Amino acid sequence: MKLRRYRLHQWRATVKTLQMAETLRPRHSLLVRATHWLITIAFLALLVTGLEIVVSHPRFYWGETGSVNTPPLFKIPVPSSRKMVPTGYGYVLPDENGWSRYLHFQSAWVLVLTGLLYAGVGFFNGHFRRNLLPTLYEVSPKRLAISIAQHLRFERPGAEEAWSYNVLQRLAYLVVIFVLSPMIIWTGLAMSPSFVSAFPAAVNILGGQQSARTLHFFLTGAVVLFLLVHVFMVFLAGFRNRMRAMITGRADPVERV
Amino acid sequence: MNTLTRRKLIRTGLAATAGATGFVVATKLAERYGLIPPDSGGIYGPGETLTYAAQRVWTRHSLAREFSPSQISTRPFANEVDALGNEFQHLQQAGFADWRLAVEGMVAHPASFSLAELRSFPRRSHITMIQCEEGWSYIAEWTGVQLSHILGLVGALPEVRYVVYRSIQPDWWESIDMADALHPQTLVTYGMNGAELPVPFGGPLRMRVPRQLGYKSVKYITRLTVTDNVKQFGKGLGSASPEGGYAWYAGI
Repeated sequence: MKLRRYRLHQWRATVKTLQMAETLRPRHSLLVRATHWLITIAFLALLVTGLEIVVSHPRFYWGETGSVNTPPLFKIPVPSSRKMVPTGYGYVLPDENGWSRYLHFQSAWVLVLTGLLYAGVGFFNGHFRRNLLPTLYEVSPKRLAISIAQHLRFERPGAEEAWSYNVLQRLAYLVVIFVLSPMIIWTGLAMSPSFVSAFPAAVNILGGQQSARTLHFFLTGAVVLFLLVHVFMVFLAGFRNRMRAMITGRADPVERV
Repeated sequence: MNTLTRRKLIRTGLAATAGATGFVVATKLAERYGLIPPDSGGIYGPGETLTYAAQRVWTRHSLAREFSPSQISTRPFANEVDALGNEFQHLQQAGFADWRLAVEGMVAHPASFSLAELRSFPRRSHITMIQCEEGWSYIAEWTGVQLSHILGLVGALPEVRYVVYRSIQPDWWESIDMADALHPQTLVTYGMNGAELPVPFGGPLRMRVPRQLGYKSVKYITRLTVTDNVKQFGKGLGSASPEGGYAWYAGI
């Protein structure tokens, strides 16, 4: 009896120490915070300049080639910055492609280099394994269904999530980091005539240069969808707390279990 | 937790010194190996320099993709050009018999070639894609003489670094480095899809640089200037494109 009480006391002490350690540990490491915001800035610049470039030819094709002389796969119903493109609008937007292209590629460099640093360190220090990889238990159909239901009801996340990610969140982040980002970089490079002269398979696998352009556009759409949901969830979970955690690293200790 | 320890200070100092030294060494090496583009200044200079340097490291000798005759676009698109002036129209009325391509600058034997002379040189063709920075593209067979052949004929000096080329259209000029100028697929083009190069596509004479976007393939070329320093032309940014806000290197 005495021994049991002693053990219970020991266990409580250990838990308390762990809790204290966690309060001292930042919610997000400095590297995660810095790369998160650098990539945010780079992505927004890529998005704005990318849309600006699209406006000079808001038509999409499949295969190797396409121009106003060939039927498009689809068109975006916006005015164009080139008068040779028939859009149905009676006016032509100003040409902003010069700086848009310069900024697009400069931002792409920021995104790629920051992403490589994040991914490299993340593999090395166990960030992905510890914080993003869901457990087998979490990805069981039953647990997934519960999590999906919670999301569909727009339930405010529980206090435990201030210090962790739920399973859908983990899966969404992993898809963005390891599927969408590499694909968007790949399809971007596949549009470069010089890059594909050295690595022709990069564009041939995709079915052609215009296919790469169309895929680049859809992948951007997927990332924008993620961004909208991500920002919505930050508001749902508590904008101030989540922003503070991603800027200063501190999370509200009151929220701790 | 965030106390500044001596160890931390030393570590940060060493890292900063190493970083700064690395940057200086990288810049020196890049300059030495010609990895700095003429438009490397300004706020977009870093991205432009990284792109050009990376492409020159990985793609110096690579060949643009070539296609089969069945892939030639049946309806190629000729982008708009400024109204062609009197000089062009006079030459056109005479069947371009008096069209000449002057080659000057750092060459042993400056020369001027007629279209007939250019056609008598070894003929090369390739079926390649032309891609506009706007997003559209088409595939055509291009026929002409390799720029490297012309540079050999006039005896370009060993220290040259760029070839500047001009259109008969005022203020339309570009330049490429020697990796592209001596590239086997860079052609001074006078034929397209088995016929004479049509005027809307740049006829009678167009520079074709298939590893770069369409705006480097200048139409109606009349003059080549071989040089070791492209800063002395125009505003010193390499070509008319950066003067209009577009990147000098368009291999992206």
